Amino acid sequence: MIEGILLGLKTALSFTNLLMVMLGCIMGTVIGMLPGLGPMTAIALMIPITYGFDPSTGLILMAGVYYGAVFGGSTSSILINAPGVPGTVATTFDGYPMAQQGKAGKALAIAAYSSFSGGTIAAIFLLIAAPTLSKVSLAFRSPDYFALMVLGLTAVSAFSAKGQFLKAIMMVVLGLMLATVGQDSLSDIPRFIFNSMSLSDGISFILIAMAMFAMSEALMIIFKGKDPSKATKSISLSELGSIRLDKEERNKMLKTIPRSSVIGFLIGVLPGAGATIASFLAYGMERNFVKKEEKEKFGKGSVHGLAAPETANNAACSGAFVPLLTLGIPGSGTTAVMLGALLAFGIQPGPTLYMTNPEVFWSVIMSMYIGMVILLILNLPLIPYIARLLAVPRNYLVPLILFFSVAGIYLISFNTFDIFLMIGLAVLACGLRLYNFPMPPLILAFVLGGMMEENLRRSLLISDGSFNFLWDRPLTAIILGGTILLVSWQIYKSFKK
Amino acid sequence: MFNKFIKLVFASLLFFSVSSTTFAMDKLHFLIGGGAGGGWDGTARGTGEALTKAGMLGSASFENMSGGGGGKALSFLINTKPANTVLVQSTPLVLRSITRHKGYVKGDGVLSYKDVVPIAGVIGDYGAIAVAKNSPYKTFGDVVAAYKKNPSSIKMAGGSVRGSMDHLIGALAFQEAGADPNNVVYVPYDAGGKALAGLLSGETQILSTGLGEVMGARDQVNIIGITAPERVADAPDVPTLKEQGFDVQFVNWRGFFGPPGMSSSMKDEIAKMLGDVQKTSEWEAVRKRNAWVNIYNPGSKFVAFLEKQTVEMTALMKKLGVI
Repeated sequence: MIEGILLGLKTALSFTNLLMVMLGCIMGTVIGMLPGLGPMTAIALMIPITYGFDPSTGLILMAGVYYGAVFGGSTSSILINAPGVPGTVATTFDGYPMAQQGKAGKALAIAAYSSFSGGTIAAIFLLIAAPTLSKVSLAFRSPDYFALMVLGLTAVSAFSAKGQFLKAIMMVVLGLMLATVGQDSLSDIPRFIFNSMSLSDGISFILIAMAMFAMSEALMIIFKGKDPSKATKSISLSELGSIRLDKEERNKMLKTIPRSSVIGFLIGVLPGAGATIASFLAYGMERNFVKKEEKEKFGKGSVHGLAAPETANNAACSGAFVPLLTLGIPGSGTTAVMLGALLAFGIQPGPTLYMTNPEVFWSVIMSMYIGMVILLILNLPLIPYIARLLAVPRNYLVPLILFFSVAGIYLISFNTFDIFLMIGLAVLACGLRLYNFPMPPLILAFVLGGMMEENLRRSLLISDGSFNFLWDRPLTAIILGGTILLVSWQIYKSFKK
Repeated sequence: MFNKFIKLVFASLLFFSVSSTTFAMDKLHFLIGGGAGGGWDGTARGTGEALTKAGMLGSASFENMSGGGGGKALSFLINTKPANTVLVQSTPLVLRSITRHKGYVKGDGVLSYKDVVPIAGVIGDYGAIAVAKNSPYKTFGDVVAAYKKNPSSIKMAGGSVRGSMDHLIGALAFQEAGADPNNVVYVPYDAGGKALAGLLSGETQILSTGLGEVMGARDQVNIIGITAPERVADAPDVPTLKEQGFDVQFVNWRGFFGPPGMSSSMKDEIAKMLGDVQKTSEWEAVRKRNAWVNIYNPGSKFVAFLEKQTVEMTALMKKLGVI
């Protein structure tokens, strides 16, 4: 393990990789800050850029963008009450009231310190958990993987916004359907390709990610007609107030951060649950933890109430890397995008990753520490300047994103068919978004679809065609049992209403 | 217009070959039908590296064009006939020729190695059968005995689809042992690493794949037989299937192909260069790093080999019912 850490540090500290962490953090902060554009858009836009990079460099850049976006999302939550990413919705509960009391600087500082601590503590957990789990996961068999993916897809649907379980399940099915296009991976038989060479390899994952996120999110900014820059103009950035914290505030944070980090990390590791759920859960738990008089302050600018979700959402980001790096199964939409990128680099994440590509495994973990430090620097003294970007009017922003999406997909495939397909899918995604269908279940299902089918069919081959494998081994049965519990809980909830 | 361009390229090539006498060739573009890090990628980049370092080639450029299991790059080569370009390919090209793959070339043609110009085979990789370290099976004979007792007790893993090379290696071995290869359950994984993980998790009992693929995992697996005529220098303790009484020989060759219409002088020049480079220390460094076996097979010898492999594989694949 020490060897691994040193190898990771060596790779992560190379000039290029340091530059990439920095670049990733800055781009992530900027994109994450802009309301409507989340980490998935940020990462999707990075994929064409990292094409042809060394795998560790590419992944380091994308990891930087990921936690940069979650970091940056808090800025707009606090300043203009418009969360940049879903993971920072809970930040507005106490962050915005604080800013209204003229303590915007303080709120930003608390958010930055909490994010930093949450991310760093969780990265330590990751360092311990990932190699251990890698060893355990060697015992995972095809039925277990299949069960785990079913659980992941159910969980991502169950944990999506309230009352959307059915819509999320529908998106999962749509994602699975899109994944069946192309040659099947067990016997090489073409399916749904309509005799087209362009479809014979299936729909490229990058295309789906760009269409469903980057493009459709940019189009949605037009549809919704909300111009985030207008809100920004109303706040004067020079009047943020001091960013210094007093002793009492520091003490409060010291209590909140450790417990929220643990919650955030654990939620992040769970398949299907990411930064958003982690931040809400940590906020709710924190309210139960604190004394009665503190409880009154929640929603009115409480330090605890701001520190908890900010710690948890960053901790969850690190936690989400555990299943990705050890099992090769993404637990959330964002890590699904990263898995797609890894596969494009020719790297197969999974139990053998830390044996076959130790430099990738370790350098990504180590780069997280460096990234956290960079983000702290970025977010503390520089934030008033970066926040000015919020004032970029949408008539510059939207065309820029559309341009990068179209150019990006063309530069990967040099196939004009892909551009048309992407635009078509983006329009479809816009329609779905207007009816409040959640997108992350779709992207996760698309990525898991092929793997799920493979593992199912492999399990059937191994068990000579019998479905006994679903309960033959305790591990498989336990995972599937969890899935059934999750579904029944959802059904129970909908009947209770 | 395009012909003019070709003429221009060849004219400039001629000019440069006269003006710069130090290099056997000025530049060569390697087209790779798979992603970075795969077997084709390693072969092309390794060969290019050895050629340039040994001073035989002025500059080498590489292009990854993945899609259709290499079909996209192949159809690109056939349809656009780029100059100064070679495509790296291996046994799957023969399998592709045997099976279907219509539609990759214009019209009704079925794609085959005959549509491109075989330049030379350069390296090879033998097939290998491996078991987990803690497996009760010590020899391939043990596996066959267990299979004959209870056919469903042996599940064979491989890193690619049914009918692929990994499948054929194991099927050949079982056929030689007197079993019906069609009854041996083959469990396909989508990557060699995953197949290995499947073997280690215990869900499959044997792994059938290339020797190079399992060499890196020798602390976790026992290789119980390879499809080489005799033991290989890089792994002298690994027995061949032949010495255990199963006369199975199979080599997954990797070689280079030119676009249709490549001049025979150009073809011979590249073939000669690929042969000469194998005598250099630069090549040896690359070869050793990748545990390749040198199997240099130029021109008409290469074509004859491809034809023989086609006949053998067709028979086996018919038996397996994959065609």
